[in-house]
Amino acid sequence: MKEPMKDSMRDLKLRKLKNKLFHMALVLSALIVIAPLFLVVLYLLGKGASGVNLDFFTEIPKPVGEPGGGMLHAIVGTFIMVTLGSLISIPVGILAGVLLSEFEKGPIQTALRFATDLLAGVPSIVIGIFGYLLVVVPFKSFSALAGALSLSLIILPIVTRSTEEILKLVPNHVREAGLALGIPRWKVIFFIIVRGSLSKLFTGIILAISRAAGETAPLLFTAFGSLYLSYNVKEPMASLPVQIYNYAISPFDDWQAQAWTAAFVLILIVLGLNLTARLVFEIKDYKRK
Amino acid sequence: MKENLPIDKAQKNFDSSGSSPLLSYKSQDKLALYLLKGIGLFIIFILALMIYLLFDMSSLALKEYGLTSFIKTDWWNPVEDEFGALSFIYGTLVTSAIAIVVAAPLSIAMALFLTVVLRGALAKFLGLLVELIAAIPSIVFGLWGLFYLAPWVKNSLTPFLKTTLGFLPLFQGPSFGIGLLTAGIILAIMITPTITSLTREVFKAISPLQKEAALGLGATKFEMIKIAILKPSLSGILGACVLGLGRALGETMAVAMVIGNSPVISKSLFAPGATMASIIANEYAEAEGELHLSALCLIAIVLFLVTFIVNFVARMVIWRNNRRVKK
Repeated sequence: MKEPMKDSMRDLKLRKLKNKLFHMALVLSALIVIAPLFLVVLYLLGKGASGVNLDFFTEIPKPVGEPGGGMLHAIVGTFIMVTLGSLISIPVGILAGVLLSEFEKGPIQTALRFATDLLAGVPSIVIGIFGYLLVVVPFKSFSALAGALSLSLIILPIVTRSTEEILKLVPNHVREAGLALGIPRWKVIFFIIVRGSLSKLFTGIILAISRAAGETAPLLFTAFGSLYLSYNVKEPMASLPVQIYNYAISPFDDWQAQAWTAAFVLILIVLGLNLTARLVFEIKDYKRK
Repeated sequence: MKENLPIDKAQKNFDSSGSSPLLSYKSQDKLALYLLKGIGLFIIFILALMIYLLFDMSSLALKEYGLTSFIKTDWWNPVEDEFGALSFIYGTLVTSAIAIVVAAPLSIAMALFLTVVLRGALAKFLGLLVELIAAIPSIVFGLWGLFYLAPWVKNSLTPFLKTTLGFLPLFQGPSFGIGLLTAGIILAIMITPTITSLTREVFKAISPLQKEAALGLGATKFEMIKIAILKPSLSGILGACVLGLGRALGETMAVAMVIGNSPVISKSLFAPGATMASIIANEYAEAEGELHLSALCLIAIVLFLVTFIVNFVARMVIWRNNRRVKK
């Protein structure tokens, strides 16, 4: 009787050892997963933060060789194209999300959900080609408009999906209460359900916008980029991501330094938007409790 | 009939009372639904237009080479107008494979760490950090990869791999830092958040009763994870990984900056290469000649189809898994 007892003790020790090893492996993996975030942010901070000065935000690039110059044109360009893209896709995306969540399944809804999923999975470079074929080819010129349209296709599926998910969280009795008051359904949907979820919808929208602000591939051959400040949407327009790309692969040291600074500014914008959106969501959630 | 009359009248009064709407409520709702359906159809139309334009543009290359010989040929020479996509398909597959092999175990471990080991605020904070990785723009990863990761791969990782695994043809030959391996690592970093968050969802769907039952029978935490968490969520994890793969296949800028962009097929992972997405990013704006543009469009269609199939498979797997778990 003694032998098996000993065996099971040894067995237990082995099992406990395995448990501990596994635990350590989990901690180690977690560290490895998180590490790149800090490596990237700290490296950007080290390389790019020193280049942030007033000139960077108020001047356009100087010719090669001349020191100084900034990226006003790219910041303005990113702002214009992201705003235009959002203006197109946010209303459309929200309405599509409403159709998916508030109305019973029909052939159009099924096709729309499929289309949205498909669109969300389309590589951004392919969306760029679409923008090129749709706008650049017929107008025979790279243009900010083509860039904005491509960005809108990046934003659209994210907004549609998040709207659908968020509206589905609204309990049914809210809809019933509205309908019981004799309010027409479309008013119940837009003035009670959508309006009541606005802050959560806002979170999804901001996340989509921050995603679009960092996109490069769809702008490469739609907006193309430029070295001058331009407000004309029918002309090529610079954007921070494309500018980073062009400067990073250039052979000039001061251009590469500018690329670092631009990347630092871009990541501040993107992570800032992201954190703001998530914080708004958290606070609203907290208040409700 | 007579009993119904007052109600009818009341209804009429109600409809035309107050602001006296032009349309009855019923027709208002109908109109709203038509409008929404119109929007839905518009989105479907845009997608169809995208597919049509891509096919239209690539028809020239399609006629010239045919799809099968196009994806079987590894010769890419814009000057001579000879185009084949095999080397880009190879580059895409290899970099994505590296990404999945590196990212899948780490992401699953991270998801376990966040659902089983950690609780409360710390888990929330770490989860947020993981999602912030997903928020970093591709171009920033590319910049970082070009100036930080590539030298690290060349100076630290390559010598290590050569001494430990150098007998494999995969890890032979000179390393310039930029190449398939570096691109694969960048992709791995970029898809960990996707796989982690999806796997977390899968783990969360498991009923706590199962875990408690395992622990109650005297299982250690490790055994509990094996029996009660990993086993029932296997297909869900698989779906998450395939969806991560879908992201890796289409990723453009980060890869374009660190892969070296040469259309060759080499056994060594240290060698430079090119992916379908990176070749489009590199050559499209400067492409001259209809055939070159058309060939690039054809590559875009191949990429589009591959990502579509991969995403579709992943969604099916996840959908089936969720239905099974919920039962």
